[in-house]
Amino acid sequence: MMELLSILFLAIDGTAQMGAGIGAGLSAIGAGIGVGIIGNGALHSIARQPEATADIRTNMFITAALVEGVALFGIVVCVLILFL
Amino acid sequence: MCKCALVVLLFPLLSLGAGGNAAPVSSDQAAPAGKDKKFNAGDMIMHHITDSHEWHFLTIKKKDGSEWHATIYLPVILYTPGEGWSAFSYHKLHKAGSYKGYALDSHHKIIRTDGKHFYDFSLTKNVAQLLLSMVLMIALFVSVARRYQRQGIAAPRGLQAAVEVIIVFIRDQVARPLLGHRADRYLPYLLTLFFFIWINNLLGLLPGAANVTGNISVTATLALLTFILMMTGSKRDFWLHMFSPPGVPAAVLPILVPIEFLSNVVLKPFALLIRLFANMLAGHLIILSFMSIIFLFAAMSLAAGIGASIFSVAFSVFVYLLELLVAVLQAYIFTILSALFISETGATHSHDHEHVPATVETKH
Amino acid sequence: MQLLQPGLGLMFWTLVVFLIVLFILRRYAWRPILQALDQRQAAIDEALKAAERTRQEMANLKSEHEALLQQARQERIAILGEANRAKERIIAEAREKAAAEAARLMEEARRDIENRKMEALVDLKNQIGNMVVDVAEKVLRHQLANREEQEELIRKLTAELTRN
Repeated sequence: MMELLSILFLAIDGTAQMGAGIGAGLSAIGAGIGVGIIGNGALHSIARQPEATADIRTNMFITAALVEGVALFGIVVCVLILFL
Repeated sequence: MCKCALVVLLFPLLSLGAGGNAAPVSSDQAAPAGKDKKFNAGDMIMHHITDSHEWHFLTIKKKDGSEWHATIYLPVILYTPGEGWSAFSYHKLHKAGSYKGYALDSHHKIIRTDGKHFYDFSLTKNVAQLLLSMVLMIALFVSVARRYQRQGIAAPRGLQAAVEVIIVFIRDQVARPLLGHRADRYLPYLLTLFFFIWINNLLGLLPGAANVTGNISVTATLALLTFILMMTGSKRDFWLHMFSPPGVPAAVLPILVPIEFLSNVVLKPFALLIRLFANMLAGHLIILSFMSIIFLFAAMSLAAGIGASIFSVAFSVFVYLLELLVAVLQAYIFTILSALFISETGATHSHDHEHVPATVETKH
Repeated sequence: MQLLQPGLGLMFWTLVVFLIVLFILRRYAWRPILQALDQRQAAIDEALKAAERTRQEMANLKSEHEALLQQARQERIAILGEANRAKERIIAEAREKAAAEAARLMEEARRDIENRKMEALVDLKNQIGNMVVDVAEKVLRHQLANREEQEELIRKLTAELTRN
């Protein structure tokens, strides 16, 4: 167990790596909130208008993908910090 | 989406790989590995998700400690300006360490011994799998198309029915609502794009297969094609609306125009390539990390390894199933976003009447 | 780093593979498949339209048929009514005729009877007259001894006769 812990400590050794980790976490939080709101809205709309399910689903995917894209930019920046 | 969170979980493991890379890595083939050789999760994961010049299937450790690799060595094709082309099997480079003025560095990367700049057009593992998927796709869809030509308008059967549903879905749910009368022109591109991404995603999930769509070069090329279609299909209205938006005060223009340009022209295709790349990469990373956990725990004790394997296998099966969904979802999202971006640049309708009432209202 | 750096070689090969797939599938897969789908859609639309047309025609035929039936039914009712009326009229006529005939026959019979009766009466009168004359003759022959009695009797008898 101590060995694993020491590996983990080694992994987050260095401020850049810590920053990358925190940044990735923040990206995930942002994307989670964004997609949660989209899913919430989409489900409400579908419950209210089940006949428009197909349209709502398509738009939900597009919006979710756009939000996810922003989060993935964050992740990429974090990866760049980690390796450059 | 939960993938983002999982990617975050993985960063310690990724950085583990970085730490390992910093130290000089001994060639696993050259030195007979002893029992004390430690399992390096980062190296293992990086080895699986990155491209390579050999297609490595498995390693068998013999009793005397030496290793036997089931590996296909792929052709290396290199071009150095001024010296011309050279093509040879990677085996030669791998065995000798250097060949025809090229050598391998400590990261198994090809370098020139004289440090000159060169271009690498090798048939790598990813290229080999791309060629495989090309053959698969052509065989699949041409045979389905033959069926249509033979049977005419008869009810679809078997594979034909499965493919037809998707084709009709792309046509009626993606191309036509977004592109309208231009749908027929872009439909072959969108269909090819969807099936290309989907089939490569699925092939990438096979054990031992290359992570093609999780490679940034592949997704960048696909996004580049969409970008080219966006630009070639763009209409005057799009540029006009971007550079002189109606109803916007002149003072805001220096800020608004670069933002609009960046988001419409640069960021959209870029987001496209990053999204597919990151999603597919993350899926592979998670599965490989769950696998690594088994070996990390097994290195501590046998009981811990067995305990971890139950947990790891259950989770990786779950993630694997999730990946099957993500494979089709990401193909769909890439396709629908491509259609959306193409439709946005090619829209001819004027936004004037949308803005005029807004400005009138603000004056009140 | 390798993970985030697009490699020129792989990009080149991806482009080559994708474009080969695109052009081959566009020519040999998507075009025939999409054409077949359009054809099938057109055929289904056509079939549905034809079915609708046939249904419409059937409905028209049915309503026509029903109208005909209705008309026939009405005609039948009319004919039956006519026949009924004709029957009643004929019966009534027959009854009238029969009654008239009967009346006529009765009348004839009555007249005949009357005639016969009159004839019989005349005959009877004649016979009685004859008999009376005979009787009177005999009586007269027997009793008319004196003249006065004779004349008295003649007067009485003539008076009686005239009274008759």
